[in-house]
Amino acid sequence: MASPRLPLEGIRIVDLTIVWAGPSGTVFLGDLGAELVRVESLQHPDVNTRGQTRIPKAALEGGGGGQFPKRDPGDRPWERSASFQYSGRNKISMTVDLERESGKEIFLRLVQKSDVVFSNYAAGTLEKLGLTYPVLREANPKIIMVYFPGFGLSGPYKYFKGFGTNMEALAGLTALRGYTDMDVTVNGSVFQADAAAGAMGAFLTLLALHHRNRTGKGQFIEMSQAETTLHHLSQAWFQYAMNQRLLDPMGNRDGAAAPQGVYRCSGDDNWVAITIEDDKMWATFCDVIGRPELSHDPRYADIVNRYKHQDDLDPIIAAWTQDKRHYDLMHLLQGRGITASAVISHREIFDDPHLQARGFFKQVELPGVGLFPHAGPVYKMSKTPLKEPHRAPLLGEHNEYVYKTVLGYSEEEYQQFVRDQHIGDTYIDLLPKPQGVSP
Amino acid sequence: MPFALDGVKVVDLSHHIAGPYCTKLLADYGAQVIKIERPDGGDPARRMGPFLKDDPHPEKSGPFLHLNTNKKSITLNLKTELGKKILLDLVEDADILVENFHPRVMPSLGLDYPVFEARNRRIIMTSISNFGHTGPYRDYKMSEIEAYAMGGVMHATGMPEREPIKLALTVEQFFVGNVAAAASMGAFIGALTSGEGQQLDLSIMEMQVGHQDRGIANLITYQYSGQPTFRRSRELFRTIMPNGVYPTAEGYAQFSGGQLAWWPRFCRMIDRLDLIDDPHFTTPENFYNNPEVRAEVEAFFYEWLFQNTKQEAMEKAQAEGYLAGAINTMEDVFNDPHLAARNFFVKIDHPVSGTLKYPGPPFIMSETSWKPGRAPLLGEHNREVYCARLGFSSEDLVRMREQGVI
Repeated sequence: MASPRLPLEGIRIVDLTIVWAGPSGTVFLGDLGAELVRVESLQHPDVNTRGQTRIPKAALEGGGGGQFPKRDPGDRPWERSASFQYSGRNKISMTVDLERESGKEIFLRLVQKSDVVFSNYAAGTLEKLGLTYPVLREANPKIIMVYFPGFGLSGPYKYFKGFGTNMEALAGLTALRGYTDMDVTVNGSVFQADAAAGAMGAFLTLLALHHRNRTGKGQFIEMSQAETTLHHLSQAWFQYAMNQRLLDPMGNRDGAAAPQGVYRCSGDDNWVAITIEDDKMWATFCDVIGRPELSHDPRYADIVNRYKHQDDLDPIIAAWTQDKRHYDLMHLLQGRGITASAVISHREIFDDPHLQARGFFKQVELPGVGLFPHAGPVYKMSKTPLKEPHRAPLLGEHNEYVYKTVLGYSEEEYQQFVRDQHIGDTYIDLLPKPQGVSP
Repeated sequence: MPFALDGVKVVDLSHHIAGPYCTKLLADYGAQVIKIERPDGGDPARRMGPFLKDDPHPEKSGPFLHLNTNKKSITLNLKTELGKKILLDLVEDADILVENFHPRVMPSLGLDYPVFEARNRRIIMTSISNFGHTGPYRDYKMSEIEAYAMGGVMHATGMPEREPIKLALTVEQFFVGNVAAAASMGAFIGALTSGEGQQLDLSIMEMQVGHQDRGIANLITYQYSGQPTFRRSRELFRTIMPNGVYPTAEGYAQFSGGQLAWWPRFCRMIDRLDLIDDPHFTTPENFYNNPEVRAEVEAFFYEWLFQNTKQEAMEKAQAEGYLAGAINTMEDVFNDPHLAARNFFVKIDHPVSGTLKYPGPPFIMSETSWKPGRAPLLGEHNREVYCARLGFSSEDLVRMREQGVI
């Protein structure tokens, strides 16, 4: 039986994305069946997405290089980094130099054959290349252009560099997390904003595709990742908007459920998270830990008092968890209707029985490395299973297909583009220098 | 200007945060969302603080007001036969049904996907749950902290000698809502072509493992080299360049950048042009893994930090192309010149909570609009939906209320 048609089959997306938020946005659309054409340059390596083209020996010493198979970057490290195996999943790669007129012509021909141009390049980049929405629309009146630099396309921070970390800082997320007894300088990097912006980028693209399907009209969509993140901080936003007060970081606690925390378990660096949501759960929990008298103690009688006295409760709970396995505690507590989970480490995820039972991991083949499990699409559809993950593309791996099949160039034209260094599989500055040229 | 989702009908059985954020995104871009609430108190988010002037009133919850903009609210008891019949009548005419009950709830009411499919072949049923609809953890409970803990990223968040620590507030649940909105739209577009709907099974755990932060890249790293991602303090970053959160003369600021190519930007930022070409800093042996040289650079950096406020430090860094951001409080956010210039603060009026500033559109579309609407009162649209749309009379409504249906 032929596999059912995926929702975005036949949709071609020009992928001009870097780092994490943009690439992960198109990954969502690829799961739904869209063809993702990563447009790359032999002249300007995309080190932010594929990683460095040369790895200094010093960077590999002292336990570095873990992002490469067996810590070996090989001759072509830009095709092997762990990060790119996700951000390039299910994508195809073409190369073209967008800084030359001939490259722009090739690109606009691709725009004519595509449905969406999706980019999170820094603001100003596409303008400098002369590839703005009016130019793209002239090539293809129905094109949808999605552009989401870190801080949007207007305002005083327009040209600021934006990573998840500093967008979260500006949006207020960083100041709202962390240990309550330490200052914010120990808050290491987390990139929640990038992950969320990727999902939002996929959503808005689908809105625009739906509108185009109904009306025949393309459009231009602008997103600021910092603004997307602000929607996620609803409680802090409205505490200020309504009462002009700030929320303090709460560490692992929660004003609506107490006690709540992360407690040490047996073994090396193993932890369990426990949330007591109400009085009934508290009574059960006291019973489970062999301290039924605590449920009658007026200091812990209700959420208000348990929250107030959680400093007294934490050592009692930790003393109970410390000699037990984290997974055992999750099953024990959940079996009694108490909200709890192991704090799962990367070592454990692949062996998690639940993820295995749901077939979450898929085997993906990486050339020269072999098969490795790759997290599947993050949701399941009952009738049209999403696309299985396929490894990230080699640089320029799909030039033949894109130039000849999609764009209709002849073999002679193709060879000319090779000589012009639009087409290739190695960055120009890594090629051996032509002979006869004095050093 | 039209809306991208003009004419799209959504039946919203969801509650709390993740499901309502999904349907808010659909409603704000023009879908007609009917939010079905329990007659006894409605969506539990109505009891979620903060509240206007600390008054725990069901129409004054900040998160509820935010999460339910542009929806119509009806009350309906799904445990009654009439309640079920009404739900099926609404689904018959709808495009998308969103729910985030525990997986056992809908089937126990006799309301699972095949029942909806029999009434409407095109219906998309978006089911969001803690661990998905299959597997050994299916019935396990989860709140924000467990969601983060089960995804693998929390184990690597925090200080090495301390317990792993969650992120702020309920950001993971918002993230889940965002993914659910994208997944719903994907399936909906498919159904318009094929004429066939389907059920989406979204597991919060899988969204965490498979997409949160760089978790998935770190998982691949682990397979490549056995290197787990671990909790680390700022001092453990590998080069001499600043990376992390630092104090300034006033407040804190975040800096990112570890690559040699950015060394000149760093030197220009701290106004030490003399260091740019100094091999003492730029030879790889000193640039990577050399604590003494790192201490020298930190000394220059701190001297500069204490001459600048967090806002000045960010602006100077960004002017040189070094990645930085002020660590803002919500008060700073409300006074931020960039957000003000982009008109991100939108005033929305509400009959009980009055006019408040809400976060504006998460993205701006050139041909279609975003709607600055308000959240509904509990059961505000009972009459409109039950009488005008489904043909019940005013007397019927009285009887339905008496019998606890609405």
